[in-house]
Amino acid sequence: MTDTLTPVLTDNWGDERAWTLAAYEARGGYRALDKAFAMAPDAVIEEVKESGLRGRGGAGFPTGMKWGFIPQDNPKPKYLVVNADESEPGTCKDIPLMMASPHTLVEGVIISSYAIRANKAFIYIRGEVLHVIRRVQRAVQEAYLAGHLGTNIHGSGYDLDIVVHAGAGAYICGEETALLEGLEGRRGQPRLRPPFPAVAGLYASPTVINNVESIASVPSIIANGRGWFSSMGTEKSKGYGIFSLSGHVQKPGQYEAPLGITLRTLIDLAGGIREGHELKFWTPGGSSTPLLTAEHLDVPLDFEGVGAAGSMLGTRALQIFDDSTCVVRAVLRWTEFYKHESCGKCTPCREGTWWLVQVLAALEKGEGTEEDLDLLLDQCDNILGRSFCALADGAVSPVASSIQYFRDEYIAHLTQGGCPFDPARSTAWAGQEVTA
Amino acid sequence: MTLTQENLSELREIAARYPEARSGLLPMLHLVQSIEGRITPEGIEVCAEILDISAAEVSGVATFYTMYKRRPVGDYHVGVCTNTLCAVMGGDAIFDKLKCHLDVGNDETTEDGKITLEHVECNAACDYAPVMMVNWEFMDNMTPESAVELVDDLREGKEVRSTRGPRIVTWREAERVLAGFPDDLADEGPAAGPASLVGLEIARENGWTAPEAGQEESK
Ligand SMILES: Cc1cc2nc3c(=O)[nH]c(=O)nc-3n(C[C@H](O)[C@H](O)[C@H](O)COP(=O)(O)O)c2cc1C
Ligand code: SF4
Ligand code: FES
Repeated sequence: MTDTLTPVLTDNWGDERAWTLAAYEARGGYRALDKAFAMAPDAVIEEVKESGLRGRGGAGFPTGMKWGFIPQDNPKPKYLVVNADESEPGTCKDIPLMMASPHTLVEGVIISSYAIRANKAFIYIRGEVLHVIRRVQRAVQEAYLAGHLGTNIHGSGYDLDIVVHAGAGAYICGEETALLEGLEGRRGQPRLRPPFPAVAGLYASPTVINNVESIASVPSIIANGRGWFSSMGTEKSKGYGIFSLSGHVQKPGQYEAPLGITLRTLIDLAGGIREGHELKFWTPGGSSTPLLTAEHLDVPLDFEGVGAAGSMLGTRALQIFDDSTCVVRAVLRWTEFYKHESCGKCTPCREGTWWLVQVLAALEKGEGTEEDLDLLLDQCDNILGRSFCALADGAVSPVASSIQYFRDEYIAHLTQGGCPFDPARSTAWAGQEVTA
Repeated sequence: MTLTQENLSELREIAARYPEARSGLLPMLHLVQSIEGRITPEGIEVCAEILDISAAEVSGVATFYTMYKRRPVGDYHVGVCTNTLCAVMGGDAIFDKLKCHLDVGNDETTEDGKITLEHVECNAACDYAPVMMVNWEFMDNMTPESAVELVDDLREGKEVRSTRGPRIVTWREAERVLAGFPDDLADEGPAAGPASLVGLEIARENGWTAPEAGQEESK
């Protein structure tokens, strides 16, 4: 039996000056690199494929398979692009990873680039995290000085340069083709696929785009082997992942566990829901994944389990809301976010998110009628699957799922002529003045 | 303000980091903000010239991304996360309190030019909710009271430290780092804040670890 929590990526976060090269090397950092260089690039791809690693950025696409799609007979340069845009509401794992242990990411970038035969890699970090950018900039600089980057790395004959690139504020740039547009100095609007980035990505060259956590998992797979990685997790969702608990639990934070752990176990570890309250609803993988409720506490948090429960594992961004929270308020706020972040390229998303906000805002104030709920669902139907990228699909998730589970609460807004909840009761400081 | 020769050479230096110069545009615009305090028409012209694209194209990019500002930003850009999780945990109350205390609306700057207040979207710190950002440094687990104290300290010029980072630099200095010209503050602050470590601490208390390598190899 694997232990309940399995710190691998988070294992060194508590170390003294964990972010420095000295601290990282002191616990064996950059040794997986030599092991990788002793293997043929295709053998590295094979190892990652066989480990069962699936993308940690939300969609869960098998990482080794993605790398295998790079046409090696294409004469153009190959690129690796790390998606460090982390902006999906609720998602908060890549940022602490890069802050605490940027060298784990850098080592992963080197091994992954070697595997796909790229000599240039980019780390695209959202701009709004200054100190994280500093730490990654410094780690890259340290890696150059130590000979882990540049030419003839570790005497292997392999060359790699890394460019750290700061974004400028746009959720859509987390979508991989919009990210490439941003990285090419353009407005971040998604591209038509095919061609897929593996064939024509950055500068129309073969490009792999992976999430920070996916790439950071690679050194441990190379160091410990495919069997070690796949001994954790479930049948089709192998390995460990960082689960981010936020909101109304006693101890919000990062919990690294084998895929397949349940929310019940995680909430137990987190000391339970806030004193005197009960779980009401939660997102399994960020706001773009349909809401779940207390019925789903025992759903295995792996790709298949959460899918079977009608949602998605996404980024394991577990936002927990207790019974003091108004679901209509929560959904309205997320919808305003999607409206604001819609890149405007396609009509169903640009107009549709605007309409969703109009209807939800009225409902939240207690205005409108019960038919407006059907109108909302109808609008969702017109957006879902009819838009250009997955942002719009994500936008309808909270709306449709909240109506599915909390129709009565919407109606209560209408019958009471406004929100029946007191927002003060859901704050972090609520209850400090209340005696139960 | 006019851009100096040194400014121009730094802008060119950014473009030269990339296989194709235009990739430098986002960091170049960060540098323009660092020099000019906002995106200026002159900054747009200069970027267009260096990249050999039209000013309209540069302008189109500058208006797409929320971190680029057309109006002058104060010394301190104060962001309050009001995305759902933080809003519910108290971000809405904090934002209301600050608007009132500073007597400004969203995306407005105080009369003394010190503080620009803006509500921001999820900043990947939900486990520290409610979260604020000062010049894009984390200010975790805020309350209306600590938020007021924070902005008062900033206005009085007291040294303020991020809860998970260094002393706060000015907005322009921060923009320079985003342009890819690091300052020397990477080593300040902790590796991780308390919430980032809760799972690790529980694992340590229980003796939980990932399997040892090689143990499963025999299967
Ligand atoms: C609107 C939108 C936002 C996204 N944001 C991110 C993000 O911030 N980080 C990320 O890694 N993937 C994000 N993705 C997923 C990426 O498009 C892509 O699937 C991922 O980076 C692939 O990496 P992986 O296979 O390692 O998971 C987003 C997708 C969409 C549609
Ligand atoms: S779905 Fe929305 S974000 Fe995606 S391309 Fe269309 S308008 Fe842009
Ligand atoms: S919702 Fe505020 S940091 Fe995520």
